[in-house]
Amino acid sequence: MLKSLATIGVIMGATAAVTDASFASDVLMSDKPVLVDFWAEWCGPCKMIGPILEEIAAAHGDKLTILKLNVDENPATAANYGVTSIPTMNVYLNGEIVKQIIGAKPKAALLSDLAEFI
Amino acid sequence: MSQDIHDVIIIGSGPAGYTAAIYAARAQLKPIVFEGAVTAGGALMNTTEVENFPGFPEGVMGPALMENMRAQAVRFGANLITDDVTTANLTSDVKTVIDGEGREYQAHSIILATGSSYRELGIANEKRLSGHGVSWCATCDGFFFRDQDIAVVGGGDSAVEEATFLTRFATNVTMIHRRGELRASKIMAERAHNDPKINFAWNSEVTELHGEAKLSGVTIRDINTGATRELSVTGLFVAIGHDPRSELLKGQVDLDPAGYVLTSVGSTATNLSGVFACGDLVDHTYRQAITAAGTGCSAALDAERFLSDLHTK
Repeated sequence: MLKSLATIGVIMGATAAVTDASFASDVLMSDKPVLVDFWAEWCGPCKMIGPILEEIAAAHGDKLTILKLNVDENPATAANYGVTSIPTMNVYLNGEIVKQIIGAKPKAALLSDLAEFI
Repeated sequence: MSQDIHDVIIIGSGPAGYTAAIYAARAQLKPIVFEGAVTAGGALMNTTEVENFPGFPEGVMGPALMENMRAQAVRFGANLITDDVTTANLTSDVKTVIDGEGREYQAHSIILATGSSYRELGIANEKRLSGHGVSWCATCDGFFFRDQDIAVVGGGDSAVEEATFLTRFATNVTMIHRRGELRASKIMAERAHNDPKINFAWNSEVTELHGEAKLSGVTIRDINTGATRELSVTGLFVAIGHDPRSELLKGQVDLDPAGYVLTSVGSTATNLSGVFACGDLVDHTYRQAITAAGTGCSAALDAERFLSDLHTK
């Protein structure tokens, strides 16, 4: 039950990874809304929010796809969307950003931010 | 509905909260610890190297130090819950807290260790540009400012630490400070002064933030002359201090005008019987990891004594 602080966020279950190469097909061309979590290994708040996104993906994955983009390994997409702070969570629908959430938030606050998609 | 009444609930998980948890757990009090939904580990989770925590002659990474404290609390049986407390009723003999999922917990005593949160500049466009050039976390966001000119607001140890860290990425870091000299400790100040990438805007404050989609520059004002000038920076890291996280306690626990919890002299006891407070939540003077750990220990010992008196009544 207890997760170590160092590993929170890297455990992936209901979420999958997206890369610079797969961004167009997995995100922009998806017919479902996609939340992309821009994160990095060295970002404390990103690790905090990791398990929360897992839970949301497990409960609402049928309506909202949640993908994680490692900004270290995929700098082009992060730069393309002007990400300068992580975690940044962008929701894409039909190729456009329709919602942006910046910074870690508790689950209840995230769920209310994402209410229109889930 | 019958419910367990725990001996002690600890709210917060920085050095104060985890130290209180270690002591309370070793005293067989089976503490429940609310670590925070997104703040577990506290402020040190967003720092890099901690050089002044005794016992680590080579220094220790802030997150690693907190990981160790947490593991030590777990080892002795602390029950850690990675969630926030959203409501607390502390005035009756049996205290009740409710977490972010709506679950209710009861205890005979409470240790408050919620620490502090970053202070904002309080100027126009700050919210809009947050995450678009304006940041409170150098370790999170410094990466995005490679080969750019950026600025840090503040002059204390945290500001210098941020500025020094940011020189790994940035071309130039300007420290904007209201005073004519740094408030930081000597060793930190010297480090900043000797860093060729760091320069200073003394006696200055930020009055305006510019930029549409993202930050393009700031206006700074000389406090003495009133003269303003533009500083062309794409990143602004704010490190102007902290405010205690005591919103939850208002109207129940006595606070000073700045929001710090008041404790009786030589103790961690608050005005409420069975409620103790420690760490940065009570400390507007020292605010160090080691002092927070120290008062966290005191709070656990005070709670232990309170509980033993209660159980022998």
